[in-house]
Amino acid sequence: MKLDSKIPGGPLESKWDRYRFELKLVNPANKRKFEIIVVGTGLAGASASASLAELGYSVKTFCIHDTARRAHSIAAQGGINAAKNYPGDGDSIQRLFYDTIKGGDFRAREANVYRLAQISNQIIDQCVAQGVPFAREYAGLLSNRSFGGAQVSRTFYARGQTGQQLLLGAYGAMMRQVNAGRVTMFPRRDLVDLVVINGQARGIVVRNLVTGELESYAAHAVVLATGGYGNVFYLSTNGASSNVNAAWRAYKNGALFANPSFTQIHPTCIPVHGTYQSKLTLMSESLRNDGRVWVPKNPGDTRPPDRIPESERNYFLESKYPSFGNLVPRDVASRNVKQVCDQGLGVGPTKYAVYLDLRDAIRRDGVAVVQKKYGNLFQMYERITGQSPWELPMMIYPAVHYTMGGLWVDYDLMSNIPGLFVLGECNFSDHGANRLGASALMQGLADGYFIIPYTIGGYLAGTRIPDVGQDHDAFKESINQVSKILERLLSIRGNHTPSYFHRELGRILWEYVGMSRDEVGMTKAKEMISRLRDEFWQSLTVPGSRKDLNQTLERANRVTDFLEFAELMVDDALSREESCGCHFNVAFQTQEHEALRMDETCSYVAAWEYQGEGKAAALHREPLRFEYVELATRSYK
Amino acid sequence: MTETTLNLKLKVWRQKNPEDKGHFETYQAERISTDMSFLEMLDVVNEKLILDGKEPIAFEHDCREGICGSCGAVVNGLAHGPQKGTTLCQLHMRHFKDGQTLVIEPFRAKAFPVLKDLVVDRSALERIIEAGGYISVNTGSAPEANNLPVPPQNSELSMDAAACIGCGACVAACPNASAMLFVGAKISHLVLLPQGKPEAARRALSLLRKMDELGFGNCSNERECEAVCPKEISISNIARFNREFIKASFGSTEE
Ligand SMILES: Cc1cc2nc3c(=O)[nH]c(=O)nc-3n(C[C@H](O)[C@H](O)[C@H](O)COP(=O)(O)OP(=O)(O)OC[C@H]3O[C@@H](n4cnc5c(N)ncnc54)[C@H](O)[C@@H]3O)c2cc1C
Ligand code: FES
Repeated sequence: MKLDSKIPGGPLESKWDRYRFELKLVNPANKRKFEIIVVGTGLAGASASASLAELGYSVKTFCIHDTARRAHSIAAQGGINAAKNYPGDGDSIQRLFYDTIKGGDFRAREANVYRLAQISNQIIDQCVAQGVPFAREYAGLLSNRSFGGAQVSRTFYARGQTGQQLLLGAYGAMMRQVNAGRVTMFPRRDLVDLVVINGQARGIVVRNLVTGELESYAAHAVVLATGGYGNVFYLSTNGASSNVNAAWRAYKNGALFANPSFTQIHPTCIPVHGTYQSKLTLMSESLRNDGRVWVPKNPGDTRPPDRIPESERNYFLESKYPSFGNLVPRDVASRNVKQVCDQGLGVGPTKYAVYLDLRDAIRRDGVAVVQKKYGNLFQMYERITGQSPWELPMMIYPAVHYTMGGLWVDYDLMSNIPGLFVLGECNFSDHGANRLGASALMQGLADGYFIIPYTIGGYLAGTRIPDVGQDHDAFKESINQVSKILERLLSIRGNHTPSYFHRELGRILWEYVGMSRDEVGMTKAKEMISRLRDEFWQSLTVPGSRKDLNQTLERANRVTDFLEFAELMVDDALSREESCGCHFNVAFQTQEHEALRMDETCSYVAAWEYQGEGKAAALHREPLRFEYVELATRSYK
Repeated sequence: MTETTLNLKLKVWRQKNPEDKGHFETYQAERISTDMSFLEMLDVVNEKLILDGKEPIAFEHDCREGICGSCGAVVNGLAHGPQKGTTLCQLHMRHFKDGQTLVIEPFRAKAFPVLKDLVVDRSALERIIEAGGYISVNTGSAPEANNLPVPPQNSELSMDAAACIGCGACVAACPNASAMLFVGAKISHLVLLPQGKPEAARRALSLLRKMDELGFGNCSNERECEAVCPKEISISNIARFNREFIKASFGSTEE
């Protein structure tokens, strides 16, 4: 298969302009006749639904939650990047572009990333106009803070609830179109299949989560914006309903899955403390603006942190990376935290934690200033752990947070299946092997507000799309197949719950495909996953019926796909013979234990193609060409 | 984190579907760690029910960090339970005592029919927003962001109101099942910003009209909503809404 990324010609700075100029346009009077399905109402899906409907398309929008506003984008805390350069500290589109490419360890496409940086400023304008209450300076102008992997201050924020406020903006814009009759909302629907007819994406089958009915919907194009699959690890910072089902079912219908093993493990989360634990909570990266990460110099130092004098503290990020200090990118920070804990220097009951200390900031700036910046995060920490960060430093440890991998898309954000577009965290496009903080919100909104409205128009105007209704046989066939899977899940009646298998799967992945990977471990993981999957189909139990609100069945359906997908993740990690960003293969490291890239052989996007039940997936490589940035060893020293 | 364990008695509302009359059932929650969240405690009970071949207690949840607004139930008479300013998912078991009995019921309101067990249909709140809870601006038509300075105190007050997570606890706690705090918060969020001013009158009128139409009650100043709000949204937002409504009614050319 030849992968065509369809990058427009011409200089980097003018590719997007040129693309838009050359685009075929849909006659305004015809837009209404085009039906578009959008699955997902996070930043990507909500912004896409609103913008497409504003242009006049007929949009049907689906989500799992009871309302669009609960999509997991709501949980983003820290902020959103843009190259406005309001602080005048030397930022520019070029710099945001470069930081993102470098942050991703040179495993993303230049053209896509440049476009993202160009669009970033418009996003802020749009959100302010919608009434997003961003933080402001005394004179009423917008305020910025710093995030990892950057030496400029370019992150816009709304307290610790940036995702919530941006999502409410996008949700409001979408609800306005619902009111106008141009968007029809279908909440509490779970995508269970993508329907491809004559090689084009033409619709979806969803399970109505209240009645259990399987419903068919046909359209001229399908947009997936279903978020990331970090929950494959069981414990993550994602919401419980985050899943791989939607992407995986598209994959099984022929869509390529790109870089599935690229998973971001975020350095600052509240550590695991019990087997009953259902999720891990992020402590925003913004805390690393003022917080200092340290461990005691002496292993086995059991004194409370406030009794350990300055001279006996090891501020390991500051000493190893003097220019970026505590603000190194996430992959680097996480790996270093793991290393010090593996060396026995960790703290807390499990010894798998380090301190994140705001003492110096509290002394320097005073309680009021720190309260304003981080008050709600402190409160959240105290609520969960029962300990006040005003008195003792927080304890943190890395946790699964974000997935850079996702469905493969070209410059149009279209997958290799014509008519299937993929936006937001669900695609693989912009973050390479590591995402910089505050860039996912930027990407989701760039995709939804400013890219898809153009690219989908080009597709609709330039493609012959025959009439197809939801009575087409392909929908019936799909419903049959899905019913069989659901029946099977209900009929096993074994002695383990879906959560049991999910938790076990998570343990395997965290151990062998987490922050550090090696061939022996990964090979073992593959076997373990395959055994666990067999056990799942023999000893799962799901009470109740499929014609009802059945949360155990929903969960079992998620775990079914996680168990299949996990194997592809391992295959991907095994096949990439280098270390880059989040992918740290111990066989490829520098003397200082940094990731060692193999640009000669590994400068590619891995795009996996489904070959059928029980067959190994086929790997296609999209070579990455760097014309504007020089491939360099990432250094944050 | 000094962990101990508790044994609790739960009386939980079980209701098969909207038509079912529903009833309480009693369960034992044993060896519950005080570090667990309330929902993790329910997970433990549910895992056991599933293994016994019984249907687990249906309840909504997603983020489990107090921001998505999915979770919510009435615990011993209080929406989201006894801890002030805390969603059910962020309520931790260290706030309960060994041997305690917990009565767990769904949010109840005329506008929120029960779908199953603790899951209720809150889509009426969605209908309110749909009627005008936004600023009407198309993608791409926004001016440069810093052309419109906003006094930080306004922006902060606006953010206080915008923090609403749409969980519906205010409705469940109100003796009149009114949605005034929810609506007041949305009105305040937008009207405190210069961007939100041009549509202020229309917004106030259409949201109030929609609220009445959907079967929510009126506000009679009981303040129960503010007391249970997990985001501690102030009822001063209701006062602001009333002022906006009066301004709008006098100045309106709509009706
Ligand atoms: C705790 C946390 C904090 C974060 N903080 C930041 C930050 O400060 N800055 C930043 O840039 N990024 C941050 N991120 C990352 C960022 O929030 C996400 O990457 C981004 O919001 C994803 O948006 P999305 O629209 O792609 O998907 P989501 O917001 O996850 O939305 C997915 C949507 O798809 C629907 N859906 C999913 N599966 C199905 C299905 N099978 N059928 C039907 N519908 C389905 C869901 O209902 C939902 O509506 C954070 C992430 C987390 C978890
Ligand atoms: S589960 Fe999201 S607020 Fe409780």
